[in-house]
Amino acid sequence: MLKATIKSLLSRKLRLVLSALAVVLGVMFVSGSFVLTDTLQRSFTDLFSSAYADVDVSVSPKQEKGKQPEPLTAQAVEDVKSVPGVASAVGNVQGSARAIGKNGKVITTSGAPRFGANWTGNGQEKIRDGRAPQADDEVILGAYLATTGGFKVGDEVSVLTLEPKKTFKVTGVYDYAGGRESLGGELSMAFTEPVAQQLLLGQKDAYSSITATAAQGTSDEALRDAVAAKLGSAYDVKTGETLAKEQADQINEGLKFFNYVLLGFAGIALFVGVFIILNTFSIIVAQRTRELALLRSMGASRGQVISSVVLEALVIGLIASVVGLGAGVGVGALLATIFSSFGGTNLELAGIGVPMTAVISSFAVGMIVTVVAAVMPALRASRIAPVAAMREAATPDRPLTKITVTGALVLAAGGTALGLGFAQASLPLIFGGILVALVGVALLTPVLAKPMVSLIGRLLSWSMPGLLGRRNSSRNPRRTAITAAALMVGISLITGVSVVLTSATKSIEKLASGQLRTDLIISGEGQFDGQPATFQREVLTQVEKTDGVSAAFGWASDGVLQGDDRMFAAAVTDVPAMKSMFALQPKDGEIAPLRDDQIALPEDLATEKGWSVGSTVTLQLAKGEPRTFTVAFVWLKSQVLQGALVLPESAASSFRSNQIGQAFVQVDQGVAAADVQKRVEPLFADNPEITVQDRSAFVKQTTSQFDTVLLMIQILLALAILIAVLGVINTLALSVIERTRELGLLRAIGMRRAQVMRMITVESVVISVFGAVLGLLVGLALGVATVQALKDQGISEIGFPWATMVQYLVVAAVVGVVAAILPAIRAARLNVLDAIAYE
Amino acid sequence: MSASDGVAARAVDVWKTYGSGDAAVTALAGVSVDLEKSRFTAIMGPSGSGKSTLMHCLAGLDDVTRGEVWVGDTKVTGLKDRGLTDLRRDKVGFIFQQFNLLPTLTAEENITLPLSIGGKKVDREWFDVVIETVGLRDRLSHRPTQLSGGQQQRVACARALVSRPEVVFADEPTGNLDSQSGAEVLAFLRKSAHEFGQTIVMVTHDPNAASYADRVIFLKDGHIVRELLSPTADEVLDTMKHLDAPDFEHSAVPGA
Repeated sequence: MLKATIKSLLSRKLRLVLSALAVVLGVMFVSGSFVLTDTLQRSFTDLFSSAYADVDVSVSPKQEKGKQPEPLTAQAVEDVKSVPGVASAVGNVQGSARAIGKNGKVITTSGAPRFGANWTGNGQEKIRDGRAPQADDEVILGAYLATTGGFKVGDEVSVLTLEPKKTFKVTGVYDYAGGRESLGGELSMAFTEPVAQQLLLGQKDAYSSITATAAQGTSDEALRDAVAAKLGSAYDVKTGETLAKEQADQINEGLKFFNYVLLGFAGIALFVGVFIILNTFSIIVAQRTRELALLRSMGASRGQVISSVVLEALVIGLIASVVGLGAGVGVGALLATIFSSFGGTNLELAGIGVPMTAVISSFAVGMIVTVVAAVMPALRASRIAPVAAMREAATPDRPLTKITVTGALVLAAGGTALGLGFAQASLPLIFGGILVALVGVALLTPVLAKPMVSLIGRLLSWSMPGLLGRRNSSRNPRRTAITAAALMVGISLITGVSVVLTSATKSIEKLASGQLRTDLIISGEGQFDGQPATFQREVLTQVEKTDGVSAAFGWASDGVLQGDDRMFAAAVTDVPAMKSMFALQPKDGEIAPLRDDQIALPEDLATEKGWSVGSTVTLQLAKGEPRTFTVAFVWLKSQVLQGALVLPESAASSFRSNQIGQAFVQVDQGVAAADVQKRVEPLFADNPEITVQDRSAFVKQTTSQFDTVLLMIQILLALAILIAVLGVINTLALSVIERTRELGLLRAIGMRRAQVMRMITVESVVISVFGAVLGLLVGLALGVATVQALKDQGISEIGFPWATMVQYLVVAAVVGVVAAILPAIRAARLNVLDAIAYE
Repeated sequence: MSASDGVAARAVDVWKTYGSGDAAVTALAGVSVDLEKSRFTAIMGPSGSGKSTLMHCLAGLDDVTRGEVWVGDTKVTGLKDRGLTDLRRDKVGFIFQQFNLLPTLTAEENITLPLSIGGKKVDREWFDVVIETVGLRDRLSHRPTQLSGGQQQRVACARALVSRPEVVFADEPTGNLDSQSGAEVLAFLRKSAHEFGQTIVMVTHDPNAASYADRVIFLKDGHIVRELLSPTADEVLDTMKHLDAPDFEHSAVPGA
């Protein structure tokens, strides 16, 4: 039996390749994700251990919940120095510093930090050119920053720190051991110590951390304990090794999430792969019915027939897993290289390794998926009575009742899970519900196939080849349905996401045009490496005084703690201006300027917290001791400032930063906003990260991030769609083999090669478009359900991405044409005589 | 040279060799034959005699190694795939042993398939005549799976006739039918030749089937070895017996 199975496998190389390809792609994605994240993790671990190579012990202020740590004092540095066993101790100053490039734009990275420090001269930094900064207006640049910005010794460079733009003279450039420009793509610079303290910490004689090296004969651990004993409990004292590990772990935590996302998409790809393999095996088994029946009639048991098919699946799964793993290592390595060089991170890659998880998951996933997909057709094959199968491989239309009822039940189960998932905000339930619902729809597709296919086909069947193609595609509803369902999965997910994003865009637009009565919006661009850019309170005062401005207000924002609850708080400069520009309506109390011990909040937050006007609330701000406030007013639910506490302006001084993050301007009646914009913009000349926009530009900017999200999801889901295309090719190729004799007849009675190709193409396009239409419908349903569930989160409108949906439909049609190319050529090239004699 | 008046298809010194060198097999060794219009001709011979090869070469389904084949005014030899395809579509009709109907099409759609492939209009009058003759009027909207074997083969016959081809080639048309259905099909073929003037060429190894033909050509080892005009089944059977005799001489070909 084993021999017969292997022989039958080898004699069908094409089928083998086609059915294995789907598994290969899925496994490739899985192992590629693991290889990529493993490589990056080891690279970051290397990065931090080299960053802290010279640090034996590091002292930093103890982090207290919700509070900004007090910087270390000069006294603490002296204290550390006096500890026996300390060879040297240095106070380090570090804080956000962004250089402005020669084009006037702030130089950015795609994730790596941008910071300034004090030049200590005894770190790992080696001066490559020039000298260290000595005067207050001098700076030394990291080599990577110098290269990126094109700065040389003697150039001037403008820098944004806690303070607005300041210009420095570049006195030197430093790099690291081996001439490395940066450790991990960071953009760094160093000032003299007093300048660094003022610009980066905003405080004289303050330090972010202290690093100490141990004297000969003192171990790092002993030194750590000695330093800790000397300084007392207000400090965190760690060895350099621990610190490196902690920081690497922090990044790796993020990478883990990244890995989960990739694996999620790999899961979707494999999910689609299951459809394809299931279909391939169904067709192969159907075509082999006679062969299997022959084996049965010669005494093979049902179990042997099943195990023959399952064995075939195991062999395919094994080969596909090996190939997929190999390809995954390649893809992972390629992505890691792209990440390290093009991402602007300039990360030194650790060697590409193949983690055990990649190997295990590849084989587990590849083999299990293939076998699961093969078992059903195998069971069906074993049930066929040998004589019936030998007579004629007739596969009468089996009734679709059972599958339809099952589909409806599964769909209902998926819908329920989805509903529960939304209600409990449980991500696993939501995703599980979506997948189960998709399976349900997939089971329903055979019933839908006939009417929908004939409808779609009518558009394409103006000629005989077209008519035949259409009829062929509705010939085996199960086969067409599964093939189309594979395409449906990817398209429905993309469509669902599109609906949600379009709805979010529409909601924002509506909010902007309805509730925002502001003409100009001043905001900072978001940054990867910290808080959004801010500007000084005085600039806002100047904006208020600008000609044509009728009112302006802004806020500084920060997180505040109430017990263990973290909330978003805005210290608003002008409450009446906010009231009128945001059209706030009082629910309780009067919307009036807040006293220093008063706060205000929206209706839903008040309900959630059980607070009302007059309630006293104790809040821990970033600086200082907890403070008690009284609720002054509650405003009616509104789309703006959702879930936010409004604090008096004076509270901003206890925030991490008291600078303004966002401001809104109303212009005088009859004055053009554009004119005022021109007068306001120059006020921000020293704040190049701040933009002044009119309402529509602001909306555009806010919603443009959705396009990025959509693009990324499209790229990731492209794999699922690619696998679905393979499925279409697969089905067509197998159908061509199955219908060899028909094709021979058509050629014999005068159908031209081009007509044969057209017939196959129509069949392919019909299947693809059917899949796309299903996907669009299911995607719309998913999207609408999600939007409904997010109604309270600010997505108040439902928007449909019609243009995008039409695009998907067109793409599906093109996909159909492309998928038909190879099978069509194969069909057209058939030898007429051989084909007509084909069994 | 062209197929002159009165000849629907013609083979001139046709050779067909498969393989090359020592493995070469000669299926046709210099066959020349004229197939007259409006006649029902049967080609007979034992297995491996080359009768199917001859039909395939005449019908443009296979190319010849040497010699020339004509269908009507068209020189088949040398045509490229496109030309051969159009020849089969416009000038040739086929009836196969396996019926070979398209399961997705109704009987009527199957019958008119050659015309719809060529984008031609159906001549309704002629269509009706064909349908009446094969007796399929009430089966036109049925799918092949809903028809008996005899009915399916009658659909195939109607398909071959509906475009009024120069020649209809039938390859063992009764091979898969019971004797009753086979007799109906054969009678229909003879009627088409005699009443509608349709040229029919049938390959068979069934002497009874051959007895329906106006002319029977016997092939052996790639040569035409004898022919009979309007023979009885017994005459055909007798000749076949002679053919099987090992001492039968090729030189006995009349008119070769």
